[in-house]
Amino acid sequence: MLEIRWHSRAGQGAVTGAKGLASVVAETGKEVQAFAFYGSAKRGASMTAYNRVDDKPILNHEKYMKPDYVFIMDPGLAFTDDFTANSKESTKYIITTHLSKAELIAQIPEIQEMEDRVFVLDCFTIALDTIGRAIPNTPMLGAFIKVSGMFELKEFQESMKSVLGKLSQKIIDANMVAIERAYNEVH
Amino acid sequence: MNSKVMDLKKIEVWDGNMAASQAFRQADVDVVAAYPITPSTPVVENYATFEANGYIDGEFVMVESEHAAMSACVGAAAAGGRVATATSSQGFALMVEVLYQAAGMRLPIVLAQVNRALAAPLNVNGDHSDMYLGRDSGWINISTFSPQEVYDLTLCAFKIAEHLDVRIPVNINQDGFMSSHTAQNIRTLDDKTACDFIGPYKAVNAMLDFSKPVTHGVQTEEDWHFEHKAKQHDAMMRSRKVIDEVFAEFKELTGREYKAVESYGMEDAEVAIVAFGTTYETAKIVVDRLKEEGIKAGIISPRVFRPFPLEDLSAQLQNVKAIACMDRSAPGGSVGALYNEISGALFNSPARPVLSNIIYGLGGRDMTVSTLTEIYKDLVKEAQSGKLNGTIQRFVGVRGPELNYYNA
Repeated sequence: MLEIRWHSRAGQGAVTGAKGLASVVAETGKEVQAFAFYGSAKRGASMTAYNRVDDKPILNHEKYMKPDYVFIMDPGLAFTDDFTANSKESTKYIITTHLSKAELIAQIPEIQEMEDRVFVLDCFTIALDTIGRAIPNTPMLGAFIKVSGMFELKEFQESMKSVLGKLSQKIIDANMVAIERAYNEVH
Repeated sequence: MNSKVMDLKKIEVWDGNMAASQAFRQADVDVVAAYPITPSTPVVENYATFEANGYIDGEFVMVESEHAAMSACVGAAAAGGRVATATSSQGFALMVEVLYQAAGMRLPIVLAQVNRALAAPLNVNGDHSDMYLGRDSGWINISTFSPQEVYDLTLCAFKIAEHLDVRIPVNINQDGFMSSHTAQNIRTLDDKTACDFIGPYKAVNAMLDFSKPVTHGVQTEEDWHFEHKAKQHDAMMRSRKVIDEVFAEFKELTGREYKAVESYGMEDAEVAIVAFGTTYETAKIVVDRLKEEGIKAGIISPRVFRPFPLEDLSAQLQNVKAIACMDRSAPGGSVGALYNEISGALFNSPARPVLSNIIYGLGGRDMTVSTLTEIYKDLVKEAQSGKLNGTIQRFVGVRGPELNYYNA
């Protein structure tokens, strides 16, 4: 079982991202689950979304999770959310930030001495440059593909195209560029 | 079947709400009248999107309240059409008056109910308060444990409700958020297969059949009311046969098996949990782990809550030494409903297990693998000693002082 926790602000596309990732992963024959806590959260409020991936049907409906990957979608949440909660020795963190990796780690005690498990990129700049809106979800998926090695980039892009299906060709193409840039820029 | 077919993948990733919307669409419903409320809102939104995109031949009616939604459903069903709606919590509470009318008038309406807490305090998350509110309303009540089951059993619901030996409305329950907003792999049927499985709608005493004028919703006083309600109960009790037949037909079509009482690990279980909804599936994981440790644990659920499968439950619990009945609804001054139901099922049988009542998960409070494991381990102690560790009723997962009630 592979488990992912997304830290996001409502409106940044974490739910869509989690469901999109689930749809892509399901195309490969795996069993998936995507859910979120939002209750009556308003746009901009901190929220979390979740993925589970397994080879057999997923029966677990608890919200509690010890994630293998944690995605931080908003630079501010790296400083305000308890994003290392319920972590494992192997948990990897992908953080969107305009800071360098060294600058970011220096400011967050929780992730010091785990440089090899912290990955950074600037999903906002990538999304603005390519899609034209500051929605960091597809760049985050591109970064995840690179860090996890779960898919080949091209294979993932092809599956993602069918998930984005109903959007205009221009938007789909922009998302493909965003995924590829994130894949190449995460480090 | 709707004139415009939607191409579905063999496996779609849908949440429980989409599963219900798609089952409604494939059922080629004549009238959906609804007033959206969290967490069932997307059932209605998705359906409205299908309608706007030309996938729905029937009528979609936006009304001013849930009372009006169920009233419109009663009117449309009495007129002679296939009818469905969706709601949750406060909306369901507002429907209650009309739920009894629908059942008493023997109108085979299907309700997608996304279970949620009842205010106050206001809470949009999942528990079974609304399901329990409707349990005496005369509707067939079915509990689902995952989005796949929502899809499958909503399709079955039309076939059960509309069967000429049944003609009773059916309520398909799913857990708010834990199922309704959780996307998982769903094995789909194509539109034709799904629609053929349900079959064409058979109108009975349709008001729009002017060749045979009928009256619906008449008054009966002490002369006939009792006979009417007795017949209604009798039809509900006999619906079990049809439910079993429809489940068997569905298994033949899809390979997916449903039973009035679902159980896992019960063949040799010495300790068991009784619960509804997503908790059942999470408990299966715990049962497997405990079996590896040599603990004979099981999980059992009255999938069909009404008509209540009293005999089946009793039969499967005969050799169990300790049972926890877990109710996800505030009991309001007594033991929980499942505790009462299971006690009642066992009382005229030889079995005398240690029986406890756990209140849990109110307002969406998480029920974890770890808590379920602790509950089973407590049951093991009770099975060994042959008596309760504490009181009959306790609250699990609530903050503050321990809450324990009723001494054995």
